Amino acid sequence: MADVAARGAVRGSGALTSDGRSSLHKLMQRKSTIAFLMALPLITLIAVLVAYPAGYAVYLAMLNKGMNRFVGLGNFGFLFGRDTFWMVVYQSCLFAITAVIFKAIIGFVVAHFVHNIPSKGQRKWRGMLLVPWVIPPAMSTLAWLWLFDPSYSAFNWILEHIGMDRVAWLGETGWARFSVILVNVWIGSPFFMIMYLAALKSVPEQLYEAASIDGATWWQRIWYVTLPMMRNIIAITALFSLIVTFANFDIVRVLTKGDPLNTTHVFATWAFRVGIESGDIPLGAAVSLFMVPILAVAATFILRDITKRGSEV
Amino acid sequence: MADAAIAPTTTAAAPARRPQYGSMSKNRRWALRWSYFFLVIFAVFFLMPPFYMFITSLKSSAEISAATNPWWVNSPTLSNYIELLTQNQYLTFFRNSAIVSVFVVIITMAISVIAAFALARMKFWGSATLATGVFLTYLIPDTLLFIPLFKMFAWVNDTFGIQLMNHWWTLMILYPTLTVPFATWIMIGYFASIPKELDEAALIDGATWMQTLTKIFIPVALPGIIAATIFTFTVAWAQFLYPLAFTTSTSELVLPVGIVTTLIKGDVFNWGQIMTGALLGAAPPLIIYAFLMDYYIAGLTAGATKG
Amino acid sequence: MAQVTLRKVVKKYDEVLAVRGIDLDITDKEFIVLVGPSGCGKSTTLRMIAGLEEISGGDIAIGGDIVNDVPPKDRDIAMVFQNYALYPHMNVYENMSFGLKLKRTPRNEIERRVKQAAQILDITELLDRKPKQLSGGQRQRVAMGRAIVRDPKVFLFDEPLSNLDAKLRVQMRTEIKKVHQKVRTTTVYVTHDQVEAMTLADRVVVMNAGLIEQVGSPNDLYHSPATKFVAGFIGSPAMNFIPCQVEQAAGALRVRVNDTLAFPVPADRTARYTPHAGKPNVVLGLRPEHIAETRPHIEPNQHDFSQVIEVVEPMGMETLVYFTLAGIEVCGRVNPNAGATADKAMTLRADLSNMHLIDDSTGKVL
Repeated sequence: MADVAARGAVRGSGALTSDGRSSLHKLMQRKSTIAFLMALPLITLIAVLVAYPAGYAVYLAMLNKGMNRFVGLGNFGFLFGRDTFWMVVYQSCLFAITAVIFKAIIGFVVAHFVHNIPSKGQRKWRGMLLVPWVIPPAMSTLAWLWLFDPSYSAFNWILEHIGMDRVAWLGETGWARFSVILVNVWIGSPFFMIMYLAALKSVPEQLYEAASIDGATWWQRIWYVTLPMMRNIIAITALFSLIVTFANFDIVRVLTKGDPLNTTHVFATWAFRVGIESGDIPLGAAVSLFMVPILAVAATFILRDITKRGSEV
Repeated sequence: MADAAIAPTTTAAAPARRPQYGSMSKNRRWALRWSYFFLVIFAVFFLMPPFYMFITSLKSSAEISAATNPWWVNSPTLSNYIELLTQNQYLTFFRNSAIVSVFVVIITMAISVIAAFALARMKFWGSATLATGVFLTYLIPDTLLFIPLFKMFAWVNDTFGIQLMNHWWTLMILYPTLTVPFATWIMIGYFASIPKELDEAALIDGATWMQTLTKIFIPVALPGIIAATIFTFTVAWAQFLYPLAFTTSTSELVLPVGIVTTLIKGDVFNWGQIMTGALLGAAPPLIIYAFLMDYYIAGLTAGATKG
Repeated sequence: MAQVTLRKVVKKYDEVLAVRGIDLDITDKEFIVLVGPSGCGKSTTLRMIAGLEEISGGDIAIGGDIVNDVPPKDRDIAMVFQNYALYPHMNVYENMSFGLKLKRTPRNEIERRVKQAAQILDITELLDRKPKQLSGGQRQRVAMGRAIVRDPKVFLFDEPLSNLDAKLRVQMRTEIKKVHQKVRTTTVYVTHDQVEAMTLADRVVVMNAGLIEQVGSPNDLYHSPATKFVAGFIGSPAMNFIPCQVEQAAGALRVRVNDTLAFPVPADRTARYTPHAGKPNVVLGLRPEHIAETRPHIEPNQHDFSQVIEVVEPMGMETLVYFTLAGIEVCGRVNPNAGATADKAMTLRADLSNMHLIDDSTGKVL
């Protein structure tokens, strides 16, 4: 207290605004300095281990295999000339888009069923249905690998018992592509289910009552009430999942390692094969950079949605 | 009352109407039955792989290669569990995973809670941009970063002579690139939902910024902190790409990579042990989930919707 | 001594001026209420006194010391927030003692002060409850208790009653007044409710658009408002503003409202209003209670006139009547037994000894 009084006395009652400003400035600086220091570990981490590597990847992608010569867009040109690359592009898009669509549909349907049953049972069902999302993907994919085993496949055992032919789950291109998508859908649908369930719960009950009074059928209620109300969350969940699925590594790596004949490789697994296993780091970096455009597009949409919602609040 | 007045005149119509009400509730009953029916189907689909892991983990190698009914155990045995848990290698993986995950949780929460508080409440030059940046980095996948990081680590070794490659503790540097942006993001969301007057009251009560954080914000946002902690642990425990790229010696591996690379030897698959290892590896996140499901789900939905 | 002084205080948000130069002297032990419509800068002013907002210009002094750059905790103030801002994870006792604990006050001293404050506010039984378990009124008391415990130089209240329902608000209003009479601490209280302002304040500060319109005791503001804004803001239903012309006729002054109706100006105001004769943009201000039903005895400065009543609103102890005069809807307060009926003519009596004349172009009361 004493120093405050002293300062007040020195300035006196006639203290003018100018010197008040400069010390005020110091106070503001002090607060923002503390804040900056508190955020500094985060800033450092992001700068050194995320932002810098992301930029470095672009530079790396323009070197030769020995990393002693700058080759500009040479690596990209080389990739464009290879059939495997175009197969990876095709498979990455097929994998991500198909998987996201199925995850969204299954998630939506399951969320509806869970929403339909009495609320005291919902917790239990929700808890059970989220299990695939909780198990580390590499672990659960191992279970699928065993389910798809060429000689001991438990699925084939069932198929044989009902009089159908065995399936080469991971041995034929078509089936192998189906299998990696299936496993991704299995792991990812519960996430959609949880998101949609939360969204369903936020739709006011009165809207459904009003729709019923207006004579809407069950289907019309979903089409005119549920879907428009959930549009935002459906879009954002799908975009999120698109990013994650497009960059997926674990499933393909454990299940097929890209086989048969590289037909199930996605960008991430092929980049790993080329960059780490074959030791051509620049080419691997170039491959992984092809994930950026779709990431950027999805991120832009998500960000726009989030800022839009931010300004609504 | 009006109903009562007209009731006598409409008695004839009443029985005709009643079945309609009846069919309404019958509809609802059927909807409920169908819901349960489909839920059971989906539950079978979702729970079949872990169930199959469990079945297989109880089988001896002999039973597996005899190709009996794969969905049933004829002579259950715990030999796979005993073998794995007495084997130094598997315990090393488990220990590595546990240490890495716990430290990643500590590092992540320390960095992100403090930073989120500064970003959500103290507002400094560029703080809004930084918050957006945090969100963007959360969207950058590990699959984009592992190659440049690989090269950077090689450079560190060449320049400073510090070998970061092929050490389990290197993962404690790598995992925060995935966990910190997310944890910061959901903590910003939780902190932003705390009324502004609460920190003003603390400020007037004489608390410093640090005291406001530790005495007010952390206790009030505890559910968010638990959610972020669970998430961080789950991500750290499940990470597969970084350890696969950065660690190779068996003594340095963590669980997922350890199981995939050491139990699968060439074409000789010891499926009983692989499934046991995978199941035990999945156990810690599953146990946490079983006890803290609500926090887990809160964190899951917060990550994508808070903003 | 805890007087609060504001000198030319300015608050700028980016380029927007929220407070545009305020001078205010609050004496020791005084209860001052800042009142005004939302966005008038009253809360910003309070927050600047608290130190929660930096000031962009001018000086603020508490107890004679300039506190422009003193952080809130060193200003020796306590604040009660609109949403109470109780710490949800602490019980009532911990909430009240938090500030003292941070100041490292001895434990038994804390206990003594909390017990005492709890007694004043009658919340002794609530001390070990969490805020969640309290009703709105109880939370309000705890928030006040948290302020009292610290025994500050100044209490700051930021719309503390607006989250309560109407009945509780009246009750807590009385409570706050009682507490102030007991603890006698300088208090600055912000509200948008003029009734709250009138009932609580020693002096009311009416603010509008970042400036002080008028400072005065509740009665001063009510009976002699300085501006049209204050005249319209204080009192409910609001004062009627009727466009008029001041005209001179046969040595007397009259206020002409329309072709047929002109009110005579009281003799003691003739000198004051004469310079404004014939000016445009003059408005007659008359409160509803000064337009009543006619009575047998004519008092001085009263004037009867007849109007068709359009709407009748019985309030119980009085009845409000609405009619149109000079194109403006005018409200009067009549006796419930005066027989006011909609769409019927009624003879009313205007009491001009309480009239105000306002220059509409400057907003000043003449």
